[in-house]
Amino acid sequence: MTLTTTRSANEPGGGADPAVAPPAHGRRRASPARLLDTYGSLIAIGVIAVVLLVWAPSSLSQFRLDNLGKYCALALASMGIGLAWGRGGMLVLGQGVFFGLGAYAMAMHMKLEAAGPGGVPDFMTLYGDGTMPSWWEPFRSAPFTIFAIVALPAVVSFILGYAIVKRRVKGAYFAILTQAMAVAFATLLIATIKQTGGFNGLNTFSTVFGHNLFDPEVKRNLYRVAAGLVVVFLLVLWQLYRSRYGELLVATRDAEERIRFLGYDPANIKLVAFVIAAVMASIGGAVFVPIAGIISPTNVDASASIMLLAGVALGGRASLFGPVLGAIAVGYGRSTLSETFPTQWTYFLGALFIVVIVLLPGGVASLWPKLRSRWPSPTAETPANGDHDVDRSQPAVPA
Amino acid sequence: MTASFLAEDYLEIRDLTVDFDGFKAVDGVDLTLLQGRLHFLIGPNGAGKTTLVDALTGLVRGTGGAKFRDHDLLTMKSHMIVRLGIGRTFQTASVFEQLSVLQNLDIAAGVHRAARRSVFARGRVPERVEQALETIGLADLAHRPAGILAHGQKQWLEVGMLLVQDAKVMFLDETVAGMSSGEREETGELLKRIVGDRTIVVIEHDMDFMRRYADFVTVMHTGRVLAEGTVAEVQADQRVQEVYLGTATEAATHG
Repeated sequence: MTLTTTRSANEPGGGADPAVAPPAHGRRRASPARLLDTYGSLIAIGVIAVVLLVWAPSSLSQFRLDNLGKYCALALASMGIGLAWGRGGMLVLGQGVFFGLGAYAMAMHMKLEAAGPGGVPDFMTLYGDGTMPSWWEPFRSAPFTIFAIVALPAVVSFILGYAIVKRRVKGAYFAILTQAMAVAFATLLIATIKQTGGFNGLNTFSTVFGHNLFDPEVKRNLYRVAAGLVVVFLLVLWQLYRSRYGELLVATRDAEERIRFLGYDPANIKLVAFVIAAVMASIGGAVFVPIAGIISPTNVDASASIMLLAGVALGGRASLFGPVLGAIAVGYGRSTLSETFPTQWTYFLGALFIVVIVLLPGGVASLWPKLRSRWPSPTAETPANGDHDVDRSQPAVPA
Repeated sequence: MTASFLAEDYLEIRDLTVDFDGFKAVDGVDLTLLQGRLHFLIGPNGAGKTTLVDALTGLVRGTGGAKFRDHDLLTMKSHMIVRLGIGRTFQTASVFEQLSVLQNLDIAAGVHRAARRSVFARGRVPERVEQALETIGLADLAHRPAGILAHGQKQWLEVGMLLVQDAKVMFLDETVAGMSSGEREETGELLKRIVGDRTIVVIEHDMDFMRRYADFVTVMHTGRVLAEGTVAEVQADQRVQEVYLGTATEAATHG
């Protein structure tokens, strides 16, 4: 490749106008392979939607369906991690905090529903003097609760993220800070037993938005909401990843300083991903509570946050589907293995984690592009979702 | 060159000093960068050329003044300086290797786009990007990942990224270093073609390249401006000869 137009511009000072250019030949026609690159993901989202929303409710027992619903709720948080970590390069070790914000907001509303109009949650009489802190009061309202589930993590993550990212804290320091956040959050919950139920958390609910939690149809609908949100979030992320913002986020992950010298403030780009990830985790938490019937500090602390992260790493953090599949697989493996090996199951998970990180640093989802790259393909394009820092050699295709 | 010397856009640097804990890497530099010319910044290693550019682009803090369109660059953050129309490249080409050539240019072009529009995917290729692809001669490689480009092509891509930003002042830090002579010639012609009403500041060690393409030369030495003028004027300057010969002799005696 040479600068072909150079030859005609030999006269001194000539050809200074870059607008004088031959007709573009760089644009490409849509080929089947290119369409597959673009819309293959949509087809896969369709398949997942059918499996989760049609096949599973008609084939699985109530117990299995409830479990799958919980994994879907965790998957919502994992998808946020995929965005912040896989695409944004921010190792978020404290997503339990945002999961917890949504979960506790929902649980507070359900506790107040159970207590009845004007009533006080049972544990407050048990551990305290039966008076309710005033900040519980707004959560009697269902619309306020739903608003809080989205707004609370957005505000908190914006303030925290602004403080962290604007100071250019990154890498291990960022990870440690976010993990400390999760530790502090769980400690705070345990220390405030009269207000938050402490170590026991919040449980014994009866209804959610007026629907009886013990009604099998309500349970199935709760599952449908969780699974439906997985599909919705997949579509949101699909659009986000193919958008210019998605490209910019990957570019920021790979070369933050370069982005700065292209006129962007990388902190703002990362902050957007961090806030979206927090809101996703919060919605996941809110969906989790009515299905699981309990939320306690052990669901939101540092080790819960790391468990979320493990699923994302196994599945493939930078891919669209990796975090979902990873979260569901880890959740499933966790419950099946813990049925068989109640105490040793964490070792299996740990071993699997090591094997994947060593052999497949891009996660299981990176198998697909690896296989595809072996086929002769008419398109040589490399989209932007590669696990750049661990697997530079692999051209990555959107999974 | 074609541009008028009654230029409206110029970058005026007065008494610029960069002090690294007592060591003055740039020491009271006065420099006026006019538009429409290839302005070469030369000098031996450690003369302060790159530090000067670092100070003007917000990478290190400097004192004094650097005025462009009523803004003092020394008080601005890096990304705001870029938004003002002042771009730079780095000694080591730093393109986004995982992204395609087109994506690299599109990201660079995005700086003048409203943020809310970035939630959409790129529809058709922006005209500015297409023009830049032609100008830098990478149209055929638009969809290839930038990581596979040859060294020279990466540097051209960097220049292209400044072009789509419509940078009015471009600082090119040793762009032709490591290029073949053919690539150097193409780069020189490229710069001549794009300079138009821009100010292009080329930091360079290659004297042949400078002699061939420079409209104006500033020689720096130990953080100060030693001499300024056309290639002929600078070459005839006694002090410039001493500095270059002097450092050569010093280097020889110091082994």
